[in-house]
Amino acid sequence: MTDSTAELTATDIEQRIGEFLEARTKKSWEPEVDLFASGAVSSLFAMELVVFVESTFDVAVEGSDLALDNFRTLRRMSALVTRLRGSGGEGA
Amino acid sequence: MTGDSGAQQLAVLGAGTMGLGIATLAIGRGVPVVLVDVDQERLSTAPARLRKELRLAQMMGALPRDVAAGRLDLAESVTAAADATAVIEAITELADLKAKVHQEIASVVRPGTLRVTNTSSIPVDELAGQVPSPEDLVGIHFMNPPYLIGTLEVVRGPRTGDRAMASVASLLAALGRKGIVVGDGPGFVTSRVLHRMINDAANVVEEGRASVEDVDALMEGCLGHPTGPLRTADLIGIDNLVDSLVVLHERTGDDSFRPSPLLLRKVAEGDHGRKTGRGFYEYGVL
Repeated sequence: MTDSTAELTATDIEQRIGEFLEARTKKSWEPEVDLFASGAVSSLFAMELVVFVESTFDVAVEGSDLALDNFRTLRRMSALVTRLRGSGGEGA
Repeated sequence: MTGDSGAQQLAVLGAGTMGLGIATLAIGRGVPVVLVDVDQERLSTAPARLRKELRLAQMMGALPRDVAAGRLDLAESVTAAADATAVIEAITELADLKAKVHQEIASVVRPGTLRVTNTSSIPVDELAGQVPSPEDLVGIHFMNPPYLIGTLEVVRGPRTGDRAMASVASLLAALGRKGIVVGDGPGFVTSRVLHRMINDAANVVEEGRASVEDVDALMEGCLGHPTGPLRTADLIGIDNLVDSLVVLHERTGDDSFRPSPLLLRKVAEGDHGRKTGRGFYEYGVL
């Protein structure tokens, strides 16, 4: 309950996804920059992001959450992860 | 009308890029598919590849969210297509191989079953001349990826019958695609026009007149081409593109279809485009 992964803040999440993005695209990303509009990554790369997010944060992105809009920016990804972790971990 | 989609039972031959894409489209639209490939390894990886494509299609908003996925079955033999309402052959663009496979298909399906060849260039009537009941044979040129591109080219050969054309209409309705019917002939409309352009774009680069990036930037920025001809080549697969150019060149004698040396080198070096991670562009980040 008090282990470090359970208390990931939005900033932590953004940082970890940001590191992954930087490794793959060779550049750093501001939290609100649209990855796909930038042309630096194709929409196919979005699937890599989905797989990365699922395996790194132990969440399942399914149904209506599986939408490009949720992966458009670092901030949106962290919001999605936070919501999915919250609903899974605390059981509402 | 309403019964049509529920009644569809599709057999897709070939678990390569196009076969898998077509299967993804069908399953995502709730149509059951039996996917046939003689290559066991390619077949065994098909479910995982299909799931990935299905998720991508959902991600892109390309599939209805309220439809239950169709069932996927795998088979190593064409005999598994016996109960299909339509068979789509999506194997390599080699006329002899297609003819052989279509003879097998015709021998297992019920009479009157729609038989489709997914081809970008080979005239339907060439196949029709080598198979029984050619009236059931239609060409469909699916675009890659099939679940993202809503329009496709339907090729009615001289021997194609009205019943087959009606079956195509039902199938495309079930798949949510818009078909545009064109006459038969090498490359139909899209490949005849597009492949000539891509080949020439490669020649321009080969001559050193402009870079890959600049050719695409000009075609995009000045002429509104959505991805540029050379990026499109990477998406098609340069190996498949060369196969199609050879088909066009052999059948028309038009030298503008003679594959550019640059395309041939890329094929020889294994740089087939997006699917191999490199073509005209690098795809380390897909």
